[in-house]
Amino acid sequence: MRIAPTFNVAYRALRRNKMRSVLTALGIIIGVGAVIAMVGIGNGAKAQVEAQIASLGENVILIFSGSTTSSGIRTGWGGAGTLKIEDAEAIRREVPGVIAVSEEVVSTTQVAAGNQNWFTRIYGESADYFDIREWPLADGAPFTAQDVRSANKVCVIGRTTATQIYGNENPIGQILRIKNVPFTILGVLTPKGLSPQGVDQDDIVIMPYTSAMKRVIGGTMLRNINVQIGDARQVEAAQQQIISLLRQRHNIRPGRDDDFTVRTQQEIADAATSTSRVMTVLLGAIAGVSLLVGGIGIMNIMLVSVTERTREIGVRMAVGAHGNDILTQFLIEAVTLSSVGGVIGIICGIATSRILSIYANWPTLISVSSIAIAFLFSAAVGVFFGFYPARKAAALDPIEALRYE
Amino acid sequence: MNNGSLVRLVDVHKVYRTGEMEVSAVRGVSLEIKRGEFVALMGASGSGKSTLMNILGCLDRPTSGEYFLDHADVSGLNRDQLADIRNRKIGFVFQNFNLLPRTSARENAELPLIYSAQHLSHAQVRERADHVLASVGLAGREDHHPSQLSGGQQQRVAIARALINEPELLLADEPTGNLDSRTSIEIMAIFQQLNEHGITIIMVTHEQDIAAYAQRNVMMRDGLLLQDHLVSQRTNAAIQLQQPSASTL
Repeated sequence: MRIAPTFNVAYRALRRNKMRSVLTALGIIIGVGAVIAMVGIGNGAKAQVEAQIASLGENVILIFSGSTTSSGIRTGWGGAGTLKIEDAEAIRREVPGVIAVSEEVVSTTQVAAGNQNWFTRIYGESADYFDIREWPLADGAPFTAQDVRSANKVCVIGRTTATQIYGNENPIGQILRIKNVPFTILGVLTPKGLSPQGVDQDDIVIMPYTSAMKRVIGGTMLRNINVQIGDARQVEAAQQQIISLLRQRHNIRPGRDDDFTVRTQQEIADAATSTSRVMTVLLGAIAGVSLLVGGIGIMNIMLVSVTERTREIGVRMAVGAHGNDILTQFLIEAVTLSSVGGVIGIICGIATSRILSIYANWPTLISVSSIAIAFLFSAAVGVFFGFYPARKAAALDPIEALRYE
Repeated sequence: MNNGSLVRLVDVHKVYRTGEMEVSAVRGVSLEIKRGEFVALMGASGSGKSTLMNILGCLDRPTSGEYFLDHADVSGLNRDQLADIRNRKIGFVFQNFNLLPRTSARENAELPLIYSAQHLSHAQVRERADHVLASVGLAGREDHHPSQLSGGQQQRVAIARALINEPELLLADEPTGNLDSRTSIEIMAIFQQLNEHGITIIMVTHEQDIAAYAQRNVMMRDGLLLQDHLVSQRTNAAIQLQQPSASTL
């Protein structure tokens, strides 16, 4: 019944003290803006990590050659070769649901062509690798299973390697010398960008693992095996079967540690995103503190306002205002300050994260839910911090309020 | 004109408690004021007249005794019910005007309508405010803020605010206390004119010559009624204003 005029009264009061209202709202603007921007940065980082993990391929299980202890020295994961080519073949043969397997060896070395040379990473893989990682070629063709069997001197290269050595020239069909062995370049991979660890994934040469073992790296042990499972529901079972198969093949007695490590893509993703989730929560919490400070600012100003307007409250009561009318009036003032500040803060927060992603190249992601939560939270701040001053105003005795100097 | 009683106090007491101390501000006052009367309530400070005024204005409740306003017992009403009574039946005029600062005369006059149970449109509210401001001689000043108005004009805005809900009873607490003598006469002229149109006025004052504008003077001392008499030689403000020589009281 009296809500509409009470709104009017509240807005007039806010307009009468423009500067004060703006400064009070500024506290909330900064608070909400900071929350929106910080959570946007955190979520952006998380989304980026998730996208990169997804680029490992779907339903992928990674088996790393494990730590072995030889004369008391433990070598660490992927350090000592404990995975044999036969292990990979056994997995391909015996584990149900496996649709692709890629044996992997890794090295770094100098590569050269013409008068150019470049230090890059050499990956030895099977022909399935490009399917597992969903990594198509931008140009040319991948090497084949036949190339792998024959350990042919062929390779495909990443975009960075291509640019560094060949510039604008087409590298396909050219000869790349790796440890003085001439390899024919079959194709160029599509760019993949940075890995979650910040490594340029396009700075790479990929060749058959057999060729890498025989002609570049030497040795007969695999660093890891990439396995792809056809059905997501079979991933866990396959993981268990791989573990028991490898334990059996490596003659590991019950009770002894595995000499390999099996990770599913999901586990890696969870570990990576948990970091960015913690970062999001931390950033949000720090920004939340500034929102809290903004709320205290509102309470402070409302308390000043109630004291300053004691006479006004007395007059309103004398002419018939109920305590509730006064309470509503001051609550509306507080909530208006906080929610108008909230809306402007949301706009500022979105603008800030846009600016950050454009100029600082940080990925940001602002979800509708974070906007809704920020707005509701700022309104709630108004109610929470406005209630005490408003109740104080409503409880005033009209006689004393009228007499107040 | 209905000459029944508008205000009837029966043995009203008011006791204030401050810690262990009990102070009796009003100690058994019985008083009847008829519809259409213009009463000046007089007394020195501490005589209890302000307390009585607060009770009459439904701002305060008597500790004991009964208060009938317009035949309804209001001594037992709660805060919100008293607020409604004040809104509907009582208009207040204060010594220091008590206008809202940085708010136009019109918005000040409209104030009681915000808290009224009547459903009036924005235009109706505005029309009533302008009408009542014109009736106290402020036509053309509706948009002025209190700081742009003289003391007398501010008090007229306050009177307009008191009148906007067409109350039965106008309560004035030292309405001329902050005004010069010429302006005081102008305000008294408005009061006498309103009174002639039937509104009941109770005015607190400690000035004898201001009390002389009323029909009846009630004197208080130590929380009791001391004297209650009709004014024999009533001053007529309108006539006074026509005589320039009488402008100094």
